[in-house]
Amino acid sequence: MAAPTPISRKPLSFVLPTAGGIGAFLGLFLGTGNGSGLIGMLLGAAVIAAMAYGFIVDLQNEKLAKWISVIGFGLVGYMFGGIILTIVAGLVGMFYHWLIYWLYEGRYRAKLLPYLTPGQVLWHYGFRCIAALIFIFLITPILVIIPLSFNAQDFFTYTPGMLRLDPDAYSLKHYQDFFTNNEWQRSLKNSLTIAPIATVISVSLGTLAAVGLSQSHMPFKGTIMAILISPMIVPLIISATGMFFFYSQLGQFMENSLGMDKNLVGYIKVILAHAVLGIPFVIITVTATLVGFDQSLTRAAANMGANPMTTFFRIQMPLILPGVISGGLFAFITSFDEVVVVLFIGSAGQKTLPWQMFTGLREQISPTILAVATILVVVSIGLLTVVELLRRRSERLRGMSPA
Amino acid sequence: MSDSTANGLVLAADGTPLKRSLSRAMRRQKIRAFMLVAPLLIFVLLTFIYPIGVMLSRSVQNDIVPETLPETVRVLGAWDASSGELPDEAVYAAFMRDMSVAIEAKRHTRLGSRLNYEKTGFSSMFRQSGRKMKKLDPVTDAPFKNKLIKIHKGWGDVETWKTLQTYSGLYTSGYFLNAVDARMTPEGMAWQPEDKQILLKLFGRTLVMSLIITGSCILLGYPIAWLLANVSPRNANLLLILVLLPFWTSLLVRTSAWKVMLQQNGVINEVLVWIGLVPDGDRLILINNEFGTIVAMTHILLPFMILPMYSVMQTIPPVYLRAAKSMGATNWTAFWRVYFPQSIPGIGAGSILVFILSIGYYITPEIVGGTKGVFISNRIAYHISSSLNWGLAAALGTILLIVVLALYWAYDRIVGIDNVKLG
Repeated sequence: MAAPTPISRKPLSFVLPTAGGIGAFLGLFLGTGNGSGLIGMLLGAAVIAAMAYGFIVDLQNEKLAKWISVIGFGLVGYMFGGIILTIVAGLVGMFYHWLIYWLYEGRYRAKLLPYLTPGQVLWHYGFRCIAALIFIFLITPILVIIPLSFNAQDFFTYTPGMLRLDPDAYSLKHYQDFFTNNEWQRSLKNSLTIAPIATVISVSLGTLAAVGLSQSHMPFKGTIMAILISPMIVPLIISATGMFFFYSQLGQFMENSLGMDKNLVGYIKVILAHAVLGIPFVIITVTATLVGFDQSLTRAAANMGANPMTTFFRIQMPLILPGVISGGLFAFITSFDEVVVVLFIGSAGQKTLPWQMFTGLREQISPTILAVATILVVVSIGLLTVVELLRRRSERLRGMSPA
Repeated sequence: MSDSTANGLVLAADGTPLKRSLSRAMRRQKIRAFMLVAPLLIFVLLTFIYPIGVMLSRSVQNDIVPETLPETVRVLGAWDASSGELPDEAVYAAFMRDMSVAIEAKRHTRLGSRLNYEKTGFSSMFRQSGRKMKKLDPVTDAPFKNKLIKIHKGWGDVETWKTLQTYSGLYTSGYFLNAVDARMTPEGMAWQPEDKQILLKLFGRTLVMSLIITGSCILLGYPIAWLLANVSPRNANLLLILVLLPFWTSLLVRTSAWKVMLQQNGVINEVLVWIGLVPDGDRLILINNEFGTIVAMTHILLPFMILPMYSVMQTIPPVYLRAAKSMGATNWTAFWRVYFPQSIPGIGAGSILVFILSIGYYITPEIVGGTKGVFISNRIAYHISSSLNWGLAAALGTILLIVVLALYWAYDRIVGIDNVKLG
């Protein structure tokens, strides 16, 4: 997008202070830890500026400079701490080497528009640093738990052994616990029973309704839409409170008057509640897909003698399928991830995976939770990929239709 | 293909007036569309809207008193509470008759715990009296006034009967008054004693903390949304994954991750101690307080802020900014006067979404909030599962629902329901 900007070498009077300033930042951290922040800052600035001067004026060899800075920093790290520190320090060295040449060669200008002022260039990179910090805030918590789930100890914290990358400090025992412990397995089974059935109910009813809602002759469209997506708007705690009153009556009715099995009634209650919570997602995604649907296709099918059922299953369904599936995924994850409602209306027999995690977090802290969490992160990465692929497919399909 | 008759009516092929045949076809289509929606509509009405209605009615329902003590309530209605004298024998006799039925059905303890919400002591009074009143015969053992007072001196207290009279109706506003730290006394409305006033404070804290969370989501979300909207589509897709991954990750996973991060020996404290910013013996308390709740919930709700903002910013042409600058605007003016006003719908949509979600959050405050960082929803859960004061839970839920619906109405006015986007 940006016009290629010719780059040129920058004078030392620019490179040295800038590199030194960023070096001072590192020095501030280390200095505060070891007594005086001010001395640290000065020292950091001096070291990096000296490094820049040495590389640019004396060495004049970028490849060699890289190895010198990586190994030099790594050695300092090794003197103060273990392997982790060595690696971190090596990376820091690599960063400063890159920074010095990035500034000196003027590479920072290469991808920007040629007419930008220095202030705008500074803001451009400053803004990206801020954004990077926010992304770190978003992602770190999820990444932090992954190594911790391989902890050999029953702690929720990183042990010194883990930081030394000691193989004995890591184990798969929490995963083993998850796959062998009856309680975890039962809750997993419950989740895998409840979520798919709830999803099937909300997808089948929701798709039908979305098809109806997208027709131009639908009476009371706004009101009906508002009612159908209300489970998403009403805070869960309120839905759960309402359902608690309603389902305890319904459950008593089913058990006493219809003579149904208590466990079965419990499942029915949770499944119905979860189905209703998933419906807004199906409605929203499917109606969004139907907006781009070319209605003349159904008319053409009818014209050629297809009855409404055939038209729906042979013409409409294949085209809106991506929307239906991603709506279904949303509904599935809503049910699979739901705690509040199941806490209120379920009984111990319907303990789902999130419920088990919730009690685990509140009462006895077992790192098995982290193993489960890691598995769930992997699952969610898978789901994310599927939804993204579906979205692209849907866009491609819609791009083909004349509308 | 249509013919005109002598009086000017246009006819369809089968001879009926075209207007009528069209409206018939239209009606058929309407019915067909409605039939498609009907199953789901009935399902949602039955299993969602009706339960909410049940909750609303629960918050004012008081039928347990008139149903358990039907005769007493009738007779007590004639008693003048302001006289300061105990009701006469008729009331005690009626009470005895009602109680003997209730004790037979074992319903008197439930009534006791219901009335205990209004005046402490009722629960034990009913339980103790129940055991002894069982031995009395409601017909032969009359008169009862003195016998009952002997069984429990509470029955000789005017206040007891005043409370019973106040709460004898089928419906009560008592739960709502309780929900705002007030109570209904025979003399009218009064505030709860100082040490029992916690709910208003909790409502206030819920609102303030939700506002803080919404504010920090705006602060953190705006730069990200701007970046997503202004880099090349390929990079935007890559960065979007970093936003969507937390969005798709289980809520419990993210909450436990924050527990790992924030606790005393958690990742943040360990790092701070390691680089020496914080002395080892004086670690920061980041969890089980307001801070923990705010940080964890900001992280959890941030994608809900970024996604609507992003979808709005995508529609703002970047040339506007360049045009403004070419006409002499400074960077700041160009942003503030040209770009920012166009991005306000995104901020509004995201804010209301985040605010509504956070105001009713339960799981995260429960786990990382300790006692200082809990919300009103935790109180609702407490009344549902521990104190069993369901009426009060329903009243709290109703108030929360009204707040959310008002916000939602505002949301609809500002951005419209249809603009909700996912993923």
